[in-house]
Amino acid sequence: MSSVWEMLIDPFQYQFFVKGLVAASLAGALCGLIGVYITLRGMSYIGHGLSHAIFGGYAAAPLLGVPIVLGAGLWGLASALAINAVTRSKRIGADAAIGVVTTASFALGVALLTRFGNKGPAFDSLLFGSINGVSAGDLWLLAGVLVGAVVIFVALHRQLLFSTFDPEVAAVSGINVGLMDTVLMVVLSMSILATLSIIGVTLVAATLVIPAVVARMVTDSFSRMLWISTVLGTLCGAVGMYLSYHLEIPSGTTIVLTNAVVFLVALVATRGRGLSRTAGLDDHTDASAAALAGQSARV
Amino acid sequence: MTDSSIAADRPLVSVSDVTFSYGGAAVLHHVSYDVLPGQFTGIVGPSGSGKTTLLKLLLGTIKPTRGTVERAPGLAFSYVPQLETVNWNFPVTVADCVLMSRKPRGLNPRPSRAERAEVSAVLERLGIADLSRRHIRELSGGQQQRMFLARALVRRPRLLLLDEPTSGVDVQTRHEVLHLLDDLNRDGLAIVLTTHDLNGMASHLPHLLALQHRVVASGSPREVIVPSVIEEVFGAKMEILQHLGLPLVVDSLPEPSTPTDLRAASSAVDPANRSVGVR
Repeated sequence: MSSVWEMLIDPFQYQFFVKGLVAASLAGALCGLIGVYITLRGMSYIGHGLSHAIFGGYAAAPLLGVPIVLGAGLWGLASALAINAVTRSKRIGADAAIGVVTTASFALGVALLTRFGNKGPAFDSLLFGSINGVSAGDLWLLAGVLVGAVVIFVALHRQLLFSTFDPEVAAVSGINVGLMDTVLMVVLSMSILATLSIIGVTLVAATLVIPAVVARMVTDSFSRMLWISTVLGTLCGAVGMYLSYHLEIPSGTTIVLTNAVVFLVALVATRGRGLSRTAGLDDHTDASAAALAGQSARV
Repeated sequence: MTDSSIAADRPLVSVSDVTFSYGGAAVLHHVSYDVLPGQFTGIVGPSGSGKTTLLKLLLGTIKPTRGTVERAPGLAFSYVPQLETVNWNFPVTVADCVLMSRKPRGLNPRPSRAERAEVSAVLERLGIADLSRRHIRELSGGQQQRMFLARALVRRPRLLLLDEPTSGVDVQTRHEVLHLLDDLNRDGLAIVLTTHDLNGMASHLPHLLALQHRVVASGSPREVIVPSVIEEVFGAKMEILQHLGLPLVVDSLPEPSTPTDLRAASSAVDPANRSVGVR
């Protein structure tokens, strides 16, 4: 008995694990929180694409002699604003444009890393997340983005809600819908940047989508959805990171699989009824979930 | 947002010689139209006649290619879109939805007591106070329309603009909406709505604007719903009957040219076979 207990508490003696656990919890909370807006606005595919775009910035920044966070941050921001402009202009199919821009950026990242070597975080950990090497700086970045997101969502609650529910009438009612879209894209790109080394480029979209979808399945209230999704994201992050240590699997993978288990439990607990509430959430959820399933299978 | 300064006889919105195109052929040609205080107008025309474009010009979401649209300074106006424009599965209650259009004060996301009282009062006025905590998905078509109206009225508008408020709703809901709008208009609210429903909607309104890329006619239903105007606007021959003092539009039958056609037509002239209404 004591040996089982010792095994369970064993990882807590290592500082890297504790840092990883805190980082995964913060990352889960952040993705869970912003995920509510992302899924309700049908932006899941944008989240998926944006994480790939930021990867290009991660690879390019060290080669240009720019600090990684700054370089990848600016790259991500530029991608986010470009995607936002494309989506709003409606002149070209947003899906196609996002697909081209973000995968090209991802491919550029892979090309640069392969050709010039890796001066930043390990290649694998960027793709699938890692328990290792979470620095104090990473934790501060995560905490800062989380606090920033909470402040923005509280201060702009009504405007964001209105422009998410009914952008046409919100605009006529004096809300700057374009500004609200931009604010969300900036928070999203900063969130992806901060969580990338924990969850990984290829898996971050699932942590944006699953807690929010599960929250939607169990509540009809927007405020409760924000709470439930954030708490679920936090718990899945922590449990996933813990499993990552014991199973020796990349942390992004275990975090996403934990999320997937929670989704299945919610599905069974609500006997499928909850799923009908998610109808019309977002046309891209299925596509990106299928893409993610394909990627998880290859891990 | 106060608009008490607006003179009673000055137009709330003045559209002067407006031409508008989305890039190709002009959707509206030289349209002039004043929205007067307290007026209740239906913009009628078939799909593609420029009704919604004119409504968007009044709202200010698009700018005229040529000509001007002037709104009275400080005019408070609200907009009610078609019911199908929103996701009714969205996680909000009726009260949440109505509260959205109130301008937030300060950084507290929670509604103040005064705001809650205002929302209750508007819901009460529209007869859906008991539904305030329901999820919006649980509402009937008529209740959804009332909720949209409540969201619009909580902004205390002087002018209310509605896009096809009775499209896709049943006869009873159409009846309810019409009466509700009539009540609001009696209280002094100016209303402009678009509709292609001549018998169910337009003939009951005090003022109509018949549109087919240009203003074909403007006036009371008796002045606007006449064969020459309806034929030009809807591009089909119609007969206009009078029923309880209101014009009633019926599809005109093809003129019989041969004896066989005449036999077929004579059975079709049976009033029961006439198709009433223009859709």
